[in-house]
Amino acid sequence: MAAQNKVILYGTWFSPYAKMVEVALKVKGIPYEYVEEDLGNKSPMLLKLNPIHKKVPVLVHNGKAIVESLVIIEYMDETWKTGPRLLPEDPYKRSQFRFWASYMHQVFEALTEVVTTSGEAQEKAVKETFEQLYLLEEGLKGLFPEGIVSSDGEFSNGKLLELVMFSCFGTYEEGLQEVLGIDVIDPEKTPLLFSCISALMEIPALKESCNPHENMVAFLKSYREDALKSATA
Amino acid sequence: MSQVTVLGAWPSPYVYRVIWALKLKGVDYEYVEEDVLHNKSDRLLKYNPVHKKVPVLVHAGKPIAESAVILEYIEETWPQNPLLPKDPHQRALARFWIKFGEDKSAALFGFFMTEGEQQEKATKEGQEQLRILEEQGLGEKMFFGGDEIGMADLEFGWLAWWLDVMSEIAGVKVIDAESFPRLHAWIQRFKDISAIKEPLPDRSAMLTYFKGRRATFLALAKS
Repeated sequence: MAAQNKVILYGTWFSPYAKMVEVALKVKGIPYEYVEEDLGNKSPMLLKLNPIHKKVPVLVHNGKAIVESLVIIEYMDETWKTGPRLLPEDPYKRSQFRFWASYMHQVFEALTEVVTTSGEAQEKAVKETFEQLYLLEEGLKGLFPEGIVSSDGEFSNGKLLELVMFSCFGTYEEGLQEVLGIDVIDPEKTPLLFSCISALMEIPALKESCNPHENMVAFLKSYREDALKSATA
Repeated sequence: MSQVTVLGAWPSPYVYRVIWALKLKGVDYEYVEEDVLHNKSDRLLKYNPVHKKVPVLVHAGKPIAESAVILEYIEETWPQNPLLPKDPHQRALARFWIKFGEDKSAALFGFFMTEGEQQEKATKEGQEQLRILEEQGLGEKMFFGGDEIGMADLEFGWLAWWLDVMSEIAGVKVIDAESFPRLHAWIQRFKDISAIKEPLPDRSAMLTYFKGRRATFLALAKS
């Protein structure tokens, strides 16, 4: 009885992948229990649920574990038919959503290079990140010629790209600006992305899911310091 | 005039995943060869501006890039001979293994791009991932997809034909029947399926091609 329909999300507060799953659960109105993992001291449960990668997020539903954030998203759409769709209905649109969601994760990985490097290496990482952001902007323009900002009543498109934008860029934007002095989402370089993310950050359900600014700054500072230290060690 | 076009590059295993999926579902397509090493066409750059890679599937004029994304599209558009199970949790497992294959490709191909001590280390790393595949991905099943071939089998299809060629050229034995009995048995089963076997690239042509690739990789590593 206990396992029936119960949803548990194992995450870490600063993981954009876990954040994306968490807001997806909220947006779809699925009740869940959240378990915060300390990645420096992973729980035996996490290691049991995700023995191969030992990572978050892990979604447990009816006692079964699903891992990999975008795999979890697909599972959610297939399992819970009420509430907004995460992926659109049309197969071609679905393929574009899958492509760009995955690409945004790639851009996020490029961003972590910017955080963990300095000097010439950082310059190179910054250049690459902006090149990728430009490609993302062009892609989104093609996918959403009228702009993506969706009103609350609009469910047919699918929420996934907004959730990825929010979790990968929205929640990190201010912290990165303060710690790196770089405007990652620049209104002049990527106007569509900028307007989208600004609008997303105003939605109450997403706003309340943001990490407190001081926490993000402290986290990014120490993450950067640790990385630079180990690079020179 | 086919509505479906595959932009590919011989003998890319990524392209073969798409070809196999189309053949398994009996979908007619036109194949267009791209010279990705020396001269990418304007068409490829237009259809895949982000990665500039193959495969690209074009259906009724609309392009899709990334083999995993293409396979999902093929599955949804032509549902006959399904390549994913019905149950959501089983589907999540299939997708997990496909992502595993993508994430671990550097580790799996490492033995081919290295030599000497580096190659020893890279081979061991690759074998660790193959061990996980053997014991947890495949386990007791006939195919990664269960009783029938599925999307995850296509993801690992390169193990059934490319690995052997690459191992021969690189001078290392990565897997064999004794150390990886389940994968070895799966390889025979997989290759036996006519839709899989029929389009396989010529082995001696592959030997020539991959000899050249290895030479290029080793030269790049030294520079």
